[in-house]
Amino acid sequence: MGVVVLLVVWQLVCVSGLVPSYMLPSPVQVVTAFVSDAPALGEHLLITLQEAALGLCIGVAVGFVFAVAMDAFDILYKIFYPILVITQTIPTVAIAPLLVLWFGYEMTPKVILVVLVTFFPVAVGLLDGFRGVDPDAVGLLRSMGAGRWQIFRYLKCPWALPQFFSGLRIAAAYSIVGAVISEWLGGFGGLGVYMTRVKKAFAFDKMFAVIFLISILSLALMALVGWLERRCMPYRRVDEKTRRKKP
Amino acid sequence: MEKLEVRNVSLAFGDHQVLRNVSLHLHEGELVCLLGVSGGGKTTLFNVISGLLRPDEGQVFLDGEEVTGQPGHVSYMLQKDLLLPYRTIQDNVALPLMLRGMSKKEARAQAVALFPQFGLEGTEKKWPGQLSGGMRQRAALLRTYLFSHNVALLDEPFSALDTLTKRSVHQWYLKVMDEIRLSTLFITHDIDEAILLSDRIYLLMDGSIGEEIVVQEPRPRHVDFNLTQEFLAYKRRIMAALHAQG
Repeated sequence: MGVVVLLVVWQLVCVSGLVPSYMLPSPVQVVTAFVSDAPALGEHLLITLQEAALGLCIGVAVGFVFAVAMDAFDILYKIFYPILVITQTIPTVAIAPLLVLWFGYEMTPKVILVVLVTFFPVAVGLLDGFRGVDPDAVGLLRSMGAGRWQIFRYLKCPWALPQFFSGLRIAAAYSIVGAVISEWLGGFGGLGVYMTRVKKAFAFDKMFAVIFLISILSLALMALVGWLERRCMPYRRVDEKTRRKKP
Repeated sequence: MEKLEVRNVSLAFGDHQVLRNVSLHLHEGELVCLLGVSGGGKTTLFNVISGLLRPDEGQVFLDGEEVTGQPGHVSYMLQKDLLLPYRTIQDNVALPLMLRGMSKKEARAQAVALFPQFGLEGTEKKWPGQLSGGMRQRAALLRTYLFSHNVALLDEPFSALDTLTKRSVHQWYLKVMDEIRLSTLFITHDIDEAILLSDRIYLLMDGSIGEEIVVQEPRPRHVDFNLTQEFLAYKRRIMAALHAQG
């Protein structure tokens, strides 16, 4: 609703001539540019999607391994947690050119960057989830003779699912942005490369078209994560319903 | 043979002696209560019996077999039911059997067969979040029962329930317990509850058994039992013993 109002206001501002159209294209112009350039956009989109998806998958796997190891061994937690936090304080735009220098203009540096920005929210989410397990529940399972692996499988993993998905949602959004930034700073294809080209041509309408595309892509990816979340945790819907019923 | 026997158990955490030479026993079908103030070592004793803690001295026997310091024989039930929110009721109840290596199908079948007896029929495929507090406690009790050789260790199981619900749960519990030949050792700090339910009461004070009180009144006791002279006499005796210590 708010988005619709915003678009209408934007269109009115452009039509009224308050801002020259070469500075700020109207939504209609943006859509036109989008449609006319669709084939090129599609090609670049595919490249970006590949990098983001591959990076996200590896990032989730790496995050999972880190979280499990750091949860199992306190010493690893103490060693790695500060390092993990430090990696996140380094701006992405600063690492991306380095990665390009080290790994070239192909796909590798993009995927690495996506891994770097996505593994952190997943690892931290999972770790919080593992550590938030009720100690009484652990005691109960132990009294039932459960070993470490069984406690992990029946208690810790499912217990951490909600936090895992919060992390994954953030990681999904980061993955697209990470891939685009990385392409922007050096590459042969992808939405980031497309952006640098239309920027040099001062094609503002195309610029906006690609910005919209990236937003839509991020939203779609987050929706996908949301769908996955509901599939994996059907009991959460029930909880919410009963909670809403109670005053 | 005693269902459960604790023999001369002592345990210290650092300098703090939590349990001192505690001995107690539980016959089959008996309901025995451990009564004492908070921090008196009641829960620690349960952890020793369930094998989570190994005592410095003493032994624990279940059906005559020594199980000291070995988890996996007796489980317990707490005030919070600890049903896992992401498992259906039947899978929650079947969990201890699965932990023992039973297949999911078989464990479920065994669990579900007992649902009617515990008044849980119809809840098999529900999530814990959909059940009332009383029903959740029943499910938690069934889970404990399935696991523990007909011995139930209950740590203040009813203290989260309101007075009226508590009373009906008490009646229900005594009925089910007699049906399935369950022997119960339960912790409470509620003197009335202890006298109403128990065959015997151990007063646990400062880590040792202070006194053992046998409640002669036959079970199930009438709901008005707590208004009688006998009841008050028991209560007076317990309070005097607790005061003498504190």
